[in-house]
Amino acid sequence: MFWNLPYIAVVLLSVIGLATILLKRNLIKIFLGVSILTSAVNLFIIALGYREGGIAPIYTYAVSENMVMATPQALTLTSIVIGVATSALMLSFAVIIYKTYGTVNVDEIKELKE
Amino acid sequence: MIPGYITTNAPALLIAVPLLGAFLSPLIGKISRDARALWVLAVMTLTALIGYLVAFLVYTEGTLLYVFGATNATLAVPPDSGGIPIRIIFTLDAMSALMVTIAVTVGFAVILYSLSSDSRRSGLEAYYTIFLLMIGAILGMVSTGDLFNFFVFLEISSLASAGLVAYKVEKGRAVEAGLKYLLVSTIGGIFFLFAIGILYGQYNALNMAMLADMIQWTPLDKLALVLVVAALAAKCGAVPMHFWTPDAYSMAPSAVTAMLVVASQASLYGLFRICFTLYGITLNYATIGWVIIILGILSMIIGVTMAIPQKDIKRLMAYHAVSQTGYMLLGVGVGLAVLGDQALLNSYGMTAMEGGIFHIFNHAMYKGLLFLTAGAIIYQVGTSDLNRMGGLGHRMKWTMIFFIIGALAIAGIPPFNGFASKFLIYESVFAFSPLLSIIAMVVSILTLASFVKVFHSVFMGPPLPGNEQVREAPRTMLIGMTILAAIVIISGVFPEFFVQNLIAPAAHALTDQAGYISAVLGGA
Amino acid sequence: MAFATSLSSGFGIWDPLLWVIAIIIGLVIAWLLWRSGVSSYKKDTEQTRPYLSGNAEPPKGEVHIRAGNLYWGFTEGIKGYYQRIVPLHTGIATDYLLWIFWVAGILLVIVMVV
Repeated sequence: MFWNLPYIAVVLLSVIGLATILLKRNLIKIFLGVSILTSAVNLFIIALGYREGGIAPIYTYAVSENMVMATPQALTLTSIVIGVATSALMLSFAVIIYKTYGTVNVDEIKELKE
Repeated sequence: MIPGYITTNAPALLIAVPLLGAFLSPLIGKISRDARALWVLAVMTLTALIGYLVAFLVYTEGTLLYVFGATNATLAVPPDSGGIPIRIIFTLDAMSALMVTIAVTVGFAVILYSLSSDSRRSGLEAYYTIFLLMIGAILGMVSTGDLFNFFVFLEISSLASAGLVAYKVEKGRAVEAGLKYLLVSTIGGIFFLFAIGILYGQYNALNMAMLADMIQWTPLDKLALVLVVAALAAKCGAVPMHFWTPDAYSMAPSAVTAMLVVASQASLYGLFRICFTLYGITLNYATIGWVIIILGILSMIIGVTMAIPQKDIKRLMAYHAVSQTGYMLLGVGVGLAVLGDQALLNSYGMTAMEGGIFHIFNHAMYKGLLFLTAGAIIYQVGTSDLNRMGGLGHRMKWTMIFFIIGALAIAGIPPFNGFASKFLIYESVFAFSPLLSIIAMVVSILTLASFVKVFHSVFMGPPLPGNEQVREAPRTMLIGMTILAAIVIISGVFPEFFVQNLIAPAAHALTDQAGYISAVLGGA
Repeated sequence: MAFATSLSSGFGIWDPLLWVIAIIIGLVIAWLLWRSGVSSYKKDTEQTRPYLSGNAEPPKGEVHIRAGNLYWGFTEGIKGYYQRIVPLHTGIATDYLLWIFWVAGILLVIVMVV
């Protein structure tokens, strides 16, 4: 049960993220929801990387058979960087939209439709 | 003729050249605008040449491997790794080679066009950087053999595309389109990453060949497949997840729109690659095949009916892009629905897949051409509103001819290439289910009807007052369009040559899961 | 294979070369018709004016049928369909995301049950 805690956290974070995206109307809050969802996936992957009795791959002289493959960590790091880039781009879009439309309410940002 | 170190490292250069060129272009731009234009053109030409070289190698010598960081570029499984291909491996089979060919051809024509069509804008130093970045990301998506690597390139292409869609700002409307595209792409990316996590957690591998070798059909695999299909179908604009398509396509600069079509098709490639190569016959092929067919049919019908009442030329064409994506989904979906039944596959499944894949090729060419003509019209008239156009045929003769070629090709009128692929789809889908084939033909007729409307309202009639200053488009724009128009005509008049040499190997590469696995893992 | 150009689908054969020949023949006929017209007309006289039952010709800009008026009958004929489909394109970003979640959910049910 204890070992499932990270996965329970993943599910909780996903639900919070999805609810934020779908229920909030403020653009910035929707971006926060996307970030929470990204964090949930990151936590999921990093939790997969845990191996009981394994040795962290930062120690040069360990027996190589017991060393844990660092792939999930590398994936998460890459994913975090991508998430930062996405957040930056989304927030800069929000700045321009606020300047031109005068609102960050997602219901009012529908110049393009049909 | 070509030095050995270039042919060995060609798959890596395919990504390295556009990336390096992208980030050097702001520096070159400090010298002068012409230097930057020359630099961008040179980088794109080099990328195109490498792309053709890679495609040529794949078509003549079979699947091409490139292992990053290995002492030997084709050493996929290191001897001390216990049989796991731990490195990032580029696996280019015939399907990838076809997509590379499409991407570099459209990329070259579009860059040539963009050099004059976008030369009036400000902020060009960033524009060309992002543009080359997007082309590099598309090339990466279609050539990688690693799931996580695919995700990274998917995200790079999403970010670059969203930046380019928002590039014009247009009182915030372009930014709104970019924002919608970015939100959809990000959610798609999160879905995809979640699927990667599920697969990695079960099989401890990210390499597609390795996963394909081990994959079961557990409930977790089903969840992963659903996430991937939803994410990539949304990215390629299948109904009912197509809403971002008209927004993004209509607000992006026209050259970018033509490239966005290719970016969507790279997502489509990912969808097919994962369904066929990663899951293969372990998945419930009839169900997934029908899911893809239904997505395709919905895209065809809703795309074309939404296009007919549109009043913005690029929005109209964007809905047609949705509708044409439906043909590709239909053709390949029929192939997937009969994947496990060799007799049916030989009877009509392969032909349907060839039709769908040929349509990817054709669509990239004629849709790119149509968006470029729309861009030339908007460049000269200054508006994209169809109600304010008319009589342009008197002044823009070449643009009109290119528009006619593209419009007849998209409507499936012989002898242009759109008919060749639709012919394959009609005949083979008719054997699968006559109703689907009839729907496809009706959608084709509606497509023709809606392009007759565009043709009439833009080019026909007397020259309208207010359009006196309209001239023919600049020459580099015309050259870009000529390249695509020539390909549309040639592949329409000699379809058998293209199908035999480019399309059929790609279709066989998709169905040949065992061949893909053995190319990477070696042996059985 | 009849010609190098013909395309075989396994059920039928299509030869674009025949179409090219047919189009060339059509163009030749069109050219012959065009050639048989009177070439000795005088420009900028009554001869080149359109004849509208003796009425004055309206200004050029008003003659052209604009895009918005084309296919009015078609859209009017299937108005019921358009009234359902067009409002779905709300233009609100979170609706776009909601559709993706719906599709993923329905797909999950289909894949898990079948």
